[in-house]
Parts: sequence; C-alpha cells; structure tokens
Amino acid sequence: MNMIVTSATPATPNGTTSMPNGTTRPQVRIVIVGHVDHGKSTLVGRLLHETGSLPEGKLEMLKAVSARRGMPFEWSFLLDALQTERDQGITIDTTQIRFRTNSRDIVLIDAPGHAEFLRNMITGASQADGAVLIIDALEGVRDQTRRHGYLLHLLGVKQVAIVVNKMDRVDFSADRFKEISDEISAHLKGLGVTPTAVIPISARDGDGVAERTDRIGWYKGPTVVEALDRLEPARPLEALALRLPVQAIYKFDDRRIVAGRIESGSLKAGDEIVIMPAGKIARIKTVESWPVTPVATRQGAGRSVGITLDRELFVERGDIIAHADAAPRETRRLRARIFWLHDKPLAKGDQLLVRCGPKESRATVVAIEKAVDPGELESSENKAIGRNHVGEIDISLSNPIATDPYTENPRTGRLVIEVSGRIAGGGLVLSVDAGQRAVPVDIVPVESALRPDERSARYQHNGAVVWLTGLPASGKSTLAKALERRLFTDGGSPILLDGDTLRAGLNGDLGFSAADRSENIRRLAEVATHLARNGHIAIVAAVSPAREDRATARRIADTTFREIYVATPAEVCESRDPKGHYAKARSGALQSFTGIGNDYQPPQGAELTIDTSTRSVADATDAIEQMLKASGVLFDEVVDLAANI
Amino acid sequence: MDHLDQLEAQSIFIFRDAFARLKKIALLWSLGKDSNVMIWLARKAFFGRMPFPALHVDTGKKFPEMYRFRDHYGKEWELDLRVEPCPPIDAVDPTLPPAARSAARKTEGLKMALAKFGFDGLIAGIRRDEEATRAKERVFSPRGLEGNWDVRDQPPEFWDHFNASPPQGAHLRIHPILHWTEADIWAYTKRENIPIIPLYLAKDGKRYRSLGDQDITNPVASTASTIDEILVELEQTKVPERAGRALDHETEDAFERLRVAGYL
Repeated sequence: MNMIVTSATPATPNGTTSMPNGTTRPQVRIVIVGHVDHGKSTLVGRLLHETGSLPEGKLEMLKAVSARRGMPFEWSFLLDALQTERDQGITIDTTQIRFRTNSRDIVLIDAPGHAEFLRNMITGASQADGAVLIIDALEGVRDQTRRHGYLLHLLGVKQVAIVVNKMDRVDFSADRFKEISDEISAHLKGLGVTPTAVIPISARDGDGVAERTDRIGWYKGPTVVEALDRLEPARPLEALALRLPVQAIYKFDDRRIVAGRIESGSLKAGDEIVIMPAGKIARIKTVESWPVTPVATRQGAGRSVGITLDRELFVERGDIIAHADAAPRETRRLRARIFWLHDKPLAKGDQLLVRCGPKESRATVVAIEKAVDPGELESSENKAIGRNHVGEIDISLSNPIATDPYTENPRTGRLVIEVSGRIAGGGLVLSVDAGQRAVPVDIVPVESALRPDERSARYQHNGAVVWLTGLPASGKSTLAKALERRLFTDGGSPILLDGDTLRAGLNGDLGFSAADRSENIRRLAEVATHLARNGHIAIVAAVSPAREDRATARRIADTTFREIYVATPAEVCESRDPKGHYAKARSGALQSFTGIGNDYQPPQGAELTIDTSTRSVADATDAIEQMLKASGVLFDEVVDLAANI
Repeated sequence: MDHLDQLEAQSIFIFRDAFARLKKIALLWSLGKDSNVMIWLARKAFFGRMPFPALHVDTGKKFPEMYRFRDHYGKEWELDLRVEPCPPIDAVDPTLPPAARSAARKTEGLKMALAKFGFDGLIAGIRRDEEATRAKERVFSPRGLEGNWDVRDQPPEFWDHFNASPPQGAHLRIHPILHWTEADIWAYTKRENIPIIPLYLAKDGKRYRSLGDQDITNPVASTASTIDEILVELEQTKVPERAGRALDHETEDAFERLRVAGYL
C-alpha cells in the first residue's frame, strides 16, 4: 500500500523545495493534534482527497474493503493502514504525509491523539512549523485538547490553526462555533499563542476543508487549505550564527577530518573558528568531501561536512565549532523546559544523562521549578514531574557543554534526557548560566617551535601522561619518583606532577569538596596533557578517588593516557602513614580524607595494576617500563622519523 | 542547497551517528537501487570508504544480473563484503502465505548472520513511502532479542536524537534513507552517476521497479529505458512501487506480520 503520492515533491528538513523549473516553493511542516475521536484522521483523509494527493484506485480499494466488512466508508481508513489500527480504531504512531496547497508544500506529521501515545505526538510535533488543533463541535474543548494546545506552546509551535470539526452534528450552529472558538482562543492566549484561524468544518462531508459551503455560509474566514497556505516556513537557519556540533573525528588517511552537520550559519575554508567548550582557536584549512575534494564554496546550514584545521588541537565528539566572534555559551548549569515521558517521575536529585546534539553529559536535577499536568494545567507540587507532564528544571552538568537558549538558536537550544539508554524526555534550553570563561575571542594558542617528533627522536619516547592512582600512602609518589629517575637515566624527559605539590600553587584556590576535587584533577590533566603533547612523559601521582574524574583526565589526555592503579591494601597504607594523615583523620582532625571510609573508586580499565606490599620498587618500576614499551610510549630502537610525523 | 543535497546531508548525519554510537555495524546490501544509494552515501559520509561490512543475506534466488553486479562492485568499491546464506523453505513458518513464506527465509538468514557476527546495528535501506508499515518506522529502530519489532512500544525519537543503546544481545535497525522517496532515489542515482542493474530499465515493454527474488518479483508494464524516462514515469504513475512484489498482496496483513517478525 503506497500512502504517499509519488508525484509530490518530497520533504526536506526545513526551508524550501526546489522545483524542476528552478523556482522554489516554501515548505511547511505541520502537525494535526486533538482529542481522540475528534476527527484528525478523517480530516487528513479528506485533505489528501481534496488536494488530489491520493494514488489512483486507493479510494475505490478502501471503499471495497469497507463494503466487504459491512462497514460504512470512513476517511480515516486512509491512514489506518495497520491491522492493529483498524482493530483498535486509533492511530498509533507518527506518519509523514505530503500534499500541496496553492503556494506551499505541506509535510503533514500525523500524530495520534490517544493519551497513551502522547510521546509519539511529541515526536511529531517537535518537528513542526505549524499546527492544526482539532475540536469536536459537539464535545467541545476537552482535556486532551487543552493538553495538546499547551504542548504546542511548550514545543515552541507558534502558528496554530483551530478547526472545529463535526459541525454537521450541531446543525452548523454559528453560536456553538463561537462558544468553542472563544473558549479555545482564551486558553491559547493564556499560553501566549494566538490562533491564526478558527475554522468550522465537517471533515466527513467536506464543508470548510477546501470549500466554504452554504451550510457554513455565515463563516467568512479561510478554509483549512487556505489556512495551511498562509503558514510561514521556519526562519532560515543559515541566517543564524555558525554552529557545527562535532559528530566524530576521522583519521582514515593522512587527513584528520572533523565531521559534523552545520546546524546553523555557514563556513568556508579560511574562517577563524573557536572550539567550544574548550575555547581553542583555529582556522579552517580545508572543507573535505568525496568524490571531489576539497570544496571551495561556502557551506550552509543543513550540510553534513568534514573540515580540517590549520593546527593540531584536541577536538572530540560533542564539541561545538563556531565563529570566534559569535560563540555559544559554555556552562555547567542550565534551565530547561522539559516534557517527561518516562514511567518513573523525574525528581530533584535524579542523576540523568543529558544529550545536547552529539554532546553527552551526566547531569543532576538541582531544582524543579514547575511541574504541570498539561491536561489540567495546574501546577502540582514542585517535587517531581510525572509521566506525560511538563516542567521547568535546573540541571547541573558534570562536563561543561556549549549551548544556546532555544529562542536564540532552535537547533542547538534543545536537549533530550536519557534514562537507561532510552530517551525519557526532551526539552528546550531556557537559559544558560554562563561559565567562568568569557568568550575567548582573544585567545590564540601559540604552538611550540618544535614538532613532537623532533623531541621523540631525541628522547626515544613519545609524549605520555602516566597517571598513578591509589589510596593515600599506597606508594604512588615513591613509584613516580623511581620512574622519573629511571626514564631520565635512559635519556628521556620525564616530569613529575605530584597532586600535593600542585595543590600548593596552581591549585591553591581549591578545597576538598567533590566539585573542587574534580577541578583539581581537571587542571592536573590539562597540565600533564600539555607536557605530553610536547613530547614529555608527565608522571602524575594523585589519589584521584573518583572514577568520573579520572575518566575526564583520560578524555583530556586522549591516546596519551596510561593509568596505573597502585592497589596496595588499605590496612598496609594506613600502617605506613608517612604523612600522618590516617592518624589525623582517625582522630577527626582531618576532614574529607580519602582512605578512611569507602570513597575510593578503584579503576576498572587501568593499563597496569601494582600492589606495593608484595613488590619491590625496582620490580614495580620494571613493570611500568614494560607497559610503556608495550603500549608504544618507549621505543626499543631508533625509529624512522618520518613514521611519526 | 537543493532537495537532493538536503536528503544527502540528513542521511550522512545518520550514518555518522550510527558509526559513532554503535560498536559493530553492517550495511544490508540487497543489490537494489536503494542499497546502492546507501553505499554511495556511506562513502560520502566517510570520505571515500565504508568503514564497516556490507552484508548480503543471500536467498540464492536473485537474478544473475544482481550477482554479477555484487561481484563487480563489491570489488570496485572495496567493500568488506559478507555473503550469508538463508535456511531452506521448510525451516520457516508454514502458516504464512507462499510468497511471504519464501521471503521469510531472509528474516531467518538475517538472524543467523546477526548471531554469527554479533552486530549491534544493521543499516537497512527502507523508505517511508514504500509501504504503510515502513512509514511508521524510526530512524534508529530497536529490535527485540528475536529480531522482532514492537510497533506499539517504539522509543520516542525527536530532533535527530536517536536511541542507540540496544539491550544486551539485541540490535538496532538504522534507516538512513527513511525520508527518501522512490523518485529521489532515481534522481540521486542519476545526479551522482551511481551504477544500476539493467533490469530496472524497460525491455520489451516491461521493467522491474523493485528487485527481489526471481520467483516472487514481477516486472511492471513500462517503456522507461533511461533514468530520465523512469522519473517521468514516476511523475505520472499511480501504481505503487511494490505492485510487482507478490508477498505484499497475498493477505491484508502478510507484510505487517513479516515486519513485526523482523523482516525489512
């Protein structure tokens, strides 16, 4: 069964449609919503028929099926193609259908009305430029009508045409129409939405759909088709600031290609860009493509591109590339309006995974400011947001992200929330608590005069971050120093970064809260990575008790990272106590000390594990050296310089 | 950016997301016009190479032209081609009508290939406009442990945020050209000069609009012997694309039953 007209020019993500003769028709994506049984499917069936969009024989086939089953023909049969739908009489999921009015290509996102399938309705409505809200003239405004009206508002759909259907069942009464029209208009106005039209129709008989019939002779406004013809397509995304969220970095050959889709704005080789949230500046060297590369022309919103940069910077999936003078804000904190689809209500303190474009971050719900049942439109207690309810929440993120409020950029200003690997809600970014970093327009990193391979050739090793983690007094610093001595003796360039030593200076402003500890580790990792990128072996000795913080360090240091878990048993550590910390902590004189209690999270994927209670320092150092050899940090012999360029 | 550019960009976005978020994926290559376009798009997405295998679940009953095409372009495009057989007809659900039962061999072959390679994602070239149950699909469509599709419990998918965490042992179907139409496929094939199997072009007043197994696929009446003529024909025809596919017409719900069980 072929539902969609093959002759119609098909859907595109947004904007316009190219015609064979070179002209363009604005394309508008609409959603039809409303209470179950108020006639959505009937209206859609009728619209397809009136606009000449049905495949030949389709109508006759459905009529025959109806006759065979002894049922009167219904327009809604056109959509209810699935057996299950025919059985239950409800539309289950989102289907896209295309048809044309005089001046528009309409992509209809058919959304079901049954409360159980609200998430599908949201799936559809979130992509719409405009909406048709349908109301049964006899039943009037119902819960679901209000709920859908509210959701359209929440989703930022501003153009809403109201259709009062089944006018035949109220004898085409102008009074009844006015009553409903006033009620729904007042409701929507309360939400800041002004209906673009309120139209009396009978979808079953055709009144008001494409034609103003005598039976609604008192009505002077547009028909449904005319109302659709007046909808405005979405604002062109190319006019907004450049946003290129990074999907991946490919190194299939000698090129290092940063790949992603331009969500807004445009770019071209030679443009100066900033990589957020890190704030690093670079220039676009080339725009790569296949089969012909490079591409010289400016590339605009909607394009999936690949670019190379004029310098080697650490870029990862989820970063956002922007022009340096119009960068998105970097934040660890934001406010969002969300709709919640999960069975378990969303509560303050919940740990979530937030996805903003390709960027993922663990997040905590800091506050729930509003929780609303869109059907009732009454705020419930601000404790939790129930299934199919909406609310406004403050989120704290474990990694900084770059984002925009949705009013400034509808593409980057939205997020989804995942629970157990499944999308559980979504929402719009209302405001961003900008991070401590100003927009880094003036930062231009200066690269070293030496290439990494020049140092490699001299030191006989590549740059690396060797990260020693373990309980206090487990032997990290002892091992680190022994390793430093060994590497130096062999002609290498090791540098010790001891956690305590750096706390005396660089990190002197930090305390021992979880957030400060994370920041401490982040700074250690940044310094160590800088050294590693310049060909040194940075040996970090830090308790670094949180697995997440070490994961951050690994992300920062990327392929240079080697983790060594100094797994000396806790009682051995405490019996050593060279700095007297354990004794102090036991007496209560030292707060927030890792080692007493269970707050140390051992690594799961360390490159090496060493127990210093059973191994001599020399033996352990041998083991580390072996690991560095095996993983390509240390060379056995002089290697070909060219191989490392 | 014209219409085909937009379709292409969206498909590339989907390819890259699948490659970034899943561990082990493969592209289902049926040798037909849609999957050839998919391979082309994958090479665009990954700058000339397809960094995952092309999987042909082979019923052994394709047209000779299709096998020739596979062997030639599998090499020329430097594909990591895996050809996997299907079980015999006795091994599939005997309550299905004959053509559907024959097609169901492919579902079983697919399950065997999944078990053999442990793919967590399969890229498939279905389109919304082909057929009503496909219109209901997600871009990233989770399948149960048996490869089955629960049409009533599909995860929400919006703003190009896809669900990419299949349960242990299950897999995802990824549909990078779900938003294309038959006419788009031809227009793009022409623009990009993608090779096609000649069976699509009319000979003696007939051509294949959709290619499947020899015994359950029929040509439609047509005089379109070039892609341009095909495009004109599509502008005018109201005959559905799968009219020549026997299994779609056996009973009202045969196709839906197949799809719920894991068929493409």
